[in-house]
Amino acid sequence: MTQHVSPPRGGTGKAAPADRLPLWRGLTARADVRTLSLLGVLAVLVLIGGITKPDEFLDTRNLQLVLTQGSVIGVVTVGMTLVITSGGIDLSVGAIVALASVWATTVATQEYGFGGILLTAVLVGLGCGLVNGLLVAYGGMVPFIATLAMLASARGLALQITDGRTQIVTVDGVLSLGERDSYVLGIPPLVLVFAVVTVIGWLLLNRTTFGRRTVAVGGNPEAARLAGIDVRRQRLYLYLLSGLCCGIAAFLLIILSGSGQNTNGNLYELDAIAAAIIGGTLLSGGRGTITGSVLGVLIFTTITNIFALNNLQTDVQQIAKGAIIVAAVLVQRRTANTT
Amino acid sequence: MAPEPPLLSMSGITKSFPGVRALDGVDLEVQAGEVHCLLGQNGAGKSTLIKVLAGAHQPDTGRLHWRGEPVTLRSPIAAMRLGIATIYQELDLVEHLSVAENVHLGHEPTAAGFFVRRRAARSSTAQLLSRLGHPEIDPARPVGELPAAQQQIVSMARALSHDVRLIVMDEPSAALDPEEVDNLFRIVAGLTDDGVAVVYISHRLEEIRRIGDRVTVLKDGRAVAGGLPARSTPTREMVALMTGRNVEYVFPDRPGPAAAREGDPVLQVRGLVREGEFAPLDLQVRAGEIVGLAGLVGSGRSEILETIYGARKPMAGQVLVDGRPVRTGSVRAAVSAGLGLAPEERKAQALLMLESVTRNVSVSSLSRFARAGWIDRGAERGAARAATRELSLRPDNPAVPVRTLSGGNQQKAVLARWLLRGCRVLLLDEPTRGVDVGARAELYAVVRGLADEGIAVLLVSSEVPEVLGLADRVLVLREGRVVHTAPARDLDEHRVLDLVMDAHPVASEGSPAS
Repeated sequence: MTQHVSPPRGGTGKAAPADRLPLWRGLTARADVRTLSLLGVLAVLVLIGGITKPDEFLDTRNLQLVLTQGSVIGVVTVGMTLVITSGGIDLSVGAIVALASVWATTVATQEYGFGGILLTAVLVGLGCGLVNGLLVAYGGMVPFIATLAMLASARGLALQITDGRTQIVTVDGVLSLGERDSYVLGIPPLVLVFAVVTVIGWLLLNRTTFGRRTVAVGGNPEAARLAGIDVRRQRLYLYLLSGLCCGIAAFLLIILSGSGQNTNGNLYELDAIAAAIIGGTLLSGGRGTITGSVLGVLIFTTITNIFALNNLQTDVQQIAKGAIIVAAVLVQRRTANTT
Repeated sequence: MAPEPPLLSMSGITKSFPGVRALDGVDLEVQAGEVHCLLGQNGAGKSTLIKVLAGAHQPDTGRLHWRGEPVTLRSPIAAMRLGIATIYQELDLVEHLSVAENVHLGHEPTAAGFFVRRRAARSSTAQLLSRLGHPEIDPARPVGELPAAQQQIVSMARALSHDVRLIVMDEPSAALDPEEVDNLFRIVAGLTDDGVAVVYISHRLEEIRRIGDRVTVLKDGRAVAGGLPARSTPTREMVALMTGRNVEYVFPDRPGPAAAREGDPVLQVRGLVREGEFAPLDLQVRAGEIVGLAGLVGSGRSEILETIYGARKPMAGQVLVDGRPVRTGSVRAAVSAGLGLAPEERKAQALLMLESVTRNVSVSSLSRFARAGWIDRGAERGAARAATRELSLRPDNPAVPVRTLSGGNQQKAVLARWLLRGCRVLLLDEPTRGVDVGARAELYAVVRGLADEGIAVLLVSSEVPEVLGLADRVLVLREGRVVHTAPARDLDEHRVLDLVMDAHPVASEGSPAS
């Protein structure tokens, strides 16, 4: 026995490790090229808006409007980002928003007032998320197919509930949240909800075991499984979360529009996926950024706003959106290859 | 035979991938009309070499001559134009297309340069299939409906549909039963009679003896022997060339025999069995002991480890850690009982390649740094740092992405994961696969160091010297059965090779790697 070759213990000196920088340096070090470039794009857009329509664009009311409009899709995008980070996809978000918004605004539900509407929207969202999660995690279905089926069914159910009619909300407590009187320090409550969801989503992804497991499952499911992670349960939770976000978004949409319609949330899935992807979340999973997604949402809503102010039609907007998605992904590929 | 110049000559071919040098100056010379066999273990560089030959990989350095002319193969198409066809082990057929469509994929007979002449494609396919001794395969059938053996024939027909001078066959017999192998050999003989050269990769020595003319042996990215006569070179010499050490590895000293015997049995396996993979198995590993499983591919080595680890469900049997039974068939139960696995395919099965070393190390112990799901990242970093330092992982900065590490250090990151988790039993599947030769000694020291801390280590390796040098006790496996158990010091390489090969003079290893 005696002289076995022991690995040297303790390692070398105490060189300042890159992962323990002071907060501000950590932020700048981590605010990678991608985030900075997204901020740059946003700044350019604001500049364009300011130049083309100086009075209207920079008006407080307009900025409040932009943020409010971004809030609904923003909340959906936070949930979507988590799902995509885990290597999944949720195509049913728009349909879930529609179903939750009409279920929460039926005459019967409205009788229970504010609480009834909120609770119904959230529960419908969670219920749909549960079905998605069970199908994907335990039914072994491909996320694309499972959530596509949910998309179709939830839309159908929403149409069945409303029979195509717009359900007007008569509960004052809900409607008043959309009015200027309820703004907090000039910030609409919807935007506050979006901010809270964003912060929670960021913390969840970056500071909790849940977030780590999400990234691990997305990056390498087999390795995650062999590392002792319950991959299926993790996936179930993620679709539940996405459903929850849709429920919240539906409630925000009810406040915003004062009604529930089966056409609500149309193509939200595409907007949410697009925002997440240009934000820097990998569609193949394993890397996700809530910050990027939120910036992606803000970029899209700002474009929509500027185009509307300049009387450009939605067709032009959509062409521009498509171009931005392509440009963003190409730039990301370039930076990913060089680093 | 042997007209000069040779049909193909490769010299000084090197090819590196991040973290590992897959080819380190390989020479290969193939004559027209010969069957040239490539022999080597997983990770020896066979797959990389044939990909270079197929134009799928570009070598970093080295020269290629084709019929005496220097050439570069920029793409698979360039190789095909010269007349080099490759039949990969993972057949590259399109399942939903018909046999004829697969055979002519990319060079369909056309009318007006656009419309596929389906009848012409079918009749020429039928001709090729009869030439290959399988006229019964219907050219119109989707390839996905054919059995594996016939798919292979289709793959070969595709190779022959080009004007081919050299065919590379990567373990063509792996999926075939004996009669089909006979047919394969008839085909190979027919090809060589026509002056076509065949580069034949197999780990079955008896096949190489039957059809091979010359053998080149690869090990650790080098050709350790080139152009050996296939029929007259002794089996033992070939196997020794494949598995033998060509570098003096430094193995850590073992603790005295008493120390190992006194340790408590940490891992006990009783009657564990998976039919078709391995026979009922009993083994135990004591605290501080390293037990090695020696055996060839197909001997059930990896399957045993994965079953103990819960990644496969046994048909019967028990796994106990510290005397307590572990629920079988559940990785999570195994991990919480104190088992850890360093799997054979590190990148595919263990590592999160996009993540830092820290996160790769902490992933199995997250709840230790978390309160109500909230991670104390300072504690996480500290623990990961301590674990990676203990294993002298380089660079000494766990914040770097794990993909930037060398193979050996990536393996240390996997080991650090289990060290941090405080595992009781470490299962190592080919721990030095993809690890540069020079870095192996250090890894051996790390493993021994972990054992000295009281961890029970179960080691699987196809490198006999590695098992003999590192393990205290060795179980020799043949066809899923333990045929011999002995202290490592009572065995030598030749004895183990004899035991391992007894029934079939099979050499080592299959499946592509590197």
